[in-house]
Amino acid sequence: MRISPWSTPVLVLAAVLITFVITAGPILVAGANPIEAYTAFVITPLTSQFTLLEVLVSATPILFTGAAVAIAFRAGYWNIGAEGQLLLGAIAAAGIGTLVGGLPGIVALPIMVAGGAVAGAAWAFVPALLRVRFGIDEVVTTLLLNPVALLLVNGLLHGPWRDPVTGFPESPRIAASAEFPALIERSRLHLGFLVGLVVILAAWYVLSRTPAGLRLRAAGLSPHGARFAGINVSRTLLGAALVSGAIAGIAGVSEVAGIQNRLTGGLSPGYGYTGIVVATLGTLTMPGVAIAAIFLGDLSIGASSAARSLGIPSQLGAVVQGVLLLTTVALLAMRRQRSGRTGEADKGGSVTGDVAAEGQPG
Amino acid sequence: MTFVVDLLAATLRNATPLVYGTVGETYAERSGVLNLGIEGTMYAGAFAGFATAWATGSPLIGLLAAIVVGIGAGAIMALMTVTFGANQHVSGIGLTIGLIGLSEFANRLIFAGGELQRIEPMPIVNPLAGLGEIASIFDQYALTWVAFLLIVPAAWWLLQRSSFGLEIRAVGENPEAADAAGVSVARTRYLALMIGGALMAIGGAFFTLALLGSFTLDIIAGRGWVCVALVIFGRWRIGRGVIGALLFSLIFSLQFRLRILPGFGELPFELLLALPYLVVIGALALSGRNVAYPGAYLKPYRRS
Repeated sequence: MRISPWSTPVLVLAAVLITFVITAGPILVAGANPIEAYTAFVITPLTSQFTLLEVLVSATPILFTGAAVAIAFRAGYWNIGAEGQLLLGAIAAAGIGTLVGGLPGIVALPIMVAGGAVAGAAWAFVPALLRVRFGIDEVVTTLLLNPVALLLVNGLLHGPWRDPVTGFPESPRIAASAEFPALIERSRLHLGFLVGLVVILAAWYVLSRTPAGLRLRAAGLSPHGARFAGINVSRTLLGAALVSGAIAGIAGVSEVAGIQNRLTGGLSPGYGYTGIVVATLGTLTMPGVAIAAIFLGDLSIGASSAARSLGIPSQLGAVVQGVLLLTTVALLAMRRQRSGRTGEADKGGSVTGDVAAEGQPG
Repeated sequence: MTFVVDLLAATLRNATPLVYGTVGETYAERSGVLNLGIEGTMYAGAFAGFATAWATGSPLIGLLAAIVVGIGAGAIMALMTVTFGANQHVSGIGLTIGLIGLSEFANRLIFAGGELQRIEPMPIVNPLAGLGEIASIFDQYALTWVAFLLIVPAAWWLLQRSSFGLEIRAVGENPEAADAAGVSVARTRYLALMIGGALMAIGGAFFTLALLGSFTLDIIAGRGWVCVALVIFGRWRIGRGVIGALLFSLIFSLQFRLRILPGFGELPFELLLALPYLVVIGALALSGRNVAYPGAYLKPYRRS
């Protein structure tokens, strides 16, 4: 079988390599050797058990947000609001977590996860409704609800949830039974990672093996064609948006129940936006999202260790993420142009078109 | 009285970066490109302006550096969305992530671990000084004067009255027709994005070069997103966008002042700050299907 230079794995690998060439600039400015730096970013974190587990810890929230973004994008619904939906899930988890102290974990945890999912979906609902009812573009509405969610978090932390003892803007600690248990003793890897894998598996199954998944992909590939084929595109988009919001909401639950054990202002350093990087790098497929999330988790742990060992500021991790996102969408757009597709999905430049054009399973 | 004068002065001051950002974003969007790189462009402008001013001792050279960075950011956005035809919103988010990362990376390299560095901020000028207490409303930084008296009218004139502005609006509204009429869609969008990027970066630099005289992390704190909201609030019109910026700034400055008064400390000011976003979303909902997006909004243009 001949491997096309434009096949998805080759393209993504090329995006990573081009990114590394571009970001060699800042590394050289920092006075380090780029080869050594990339070894420290990518390889070093995989060489000890402790750092390997930390890679999975930092991959956990972006597994969720990556899957959330990928599902929405796949349907042609541009949910830029995963960040806000995550924060709503976190608020719900912090609230529910303090109330379920009397319940055993087996009851408390599902309630919390469900609560976070509902909160995230609720936050995603209004923009989705505006889109399917009035055709109001969801890019801006979902984006603008992110700062609103952050203000809501800050309002709670500086108001009713402020720690009464210390006065710190931190909500009360959640009940012990509401904490996600560690998967491996003396590590920070928690139940959230497993939940994330289950979500990815379920999403993969639904997308690639069920009629609902087919409708979703059809709507994203060509709304007109889908409508012609008798698919209720509005309902499909609404469903995709709500599921997307729910999964992003669980990311917030996972961070509260697994890492912070309370609501804090710095709960998410932009996991919702990183989800866009993960989804795009994973070319909107669930296996791709899983690999991309772990790769970015690897990079982020690598970036902090390279900061110590090589003196490269760890913020290079964010630079790599941004450049990676740009090179990936650029290459995907070039591939679409080559294949002569004009990007029918009403907003051309869809990532979806590319993936589906290859006929890959979800 | 002092309270009102003080409030109005603060409103003009705090509106300044929003005015630059909103006008810049308006240029991008009227040419048919939603530039979500605005948050990162303002951030990079704030940092580049500060670092250069700190190194050279001249805020003016700092401002020039910010403008250069802003033009560069606009050019990258144009390269992505015009030349490659890539997804506008994903490209914009990528640009924002990358520019914030790069600014913080450089900040760490240059000012590693040391104490907070400061520069002598740009001076406050008031041609009306001496006309009593009310005149102190106009105790403003030069960049604020420039924004309201020079940039806003000039940007309005260029967009609405010049042939270049007509070209921008044409490629944003109907690129096929503009192309058929001999207007280069690519060149026009590149220019609109680069002008817009320069303005956004000046808006960011206002914080470091004038308002604060220092650079701190998270200095833009979502104001780029505020500008995106204001552009829609203003229905893609410069004048209405500026009015939106003044209203937002009035609310912002008011809550800031009320917060320190006894008895007001417990009010949920965050709700007040969320208002502009909610107003924009509410306005979009109320206009329903009648929202007049630029015709080519979010669509890359390709000759077919």
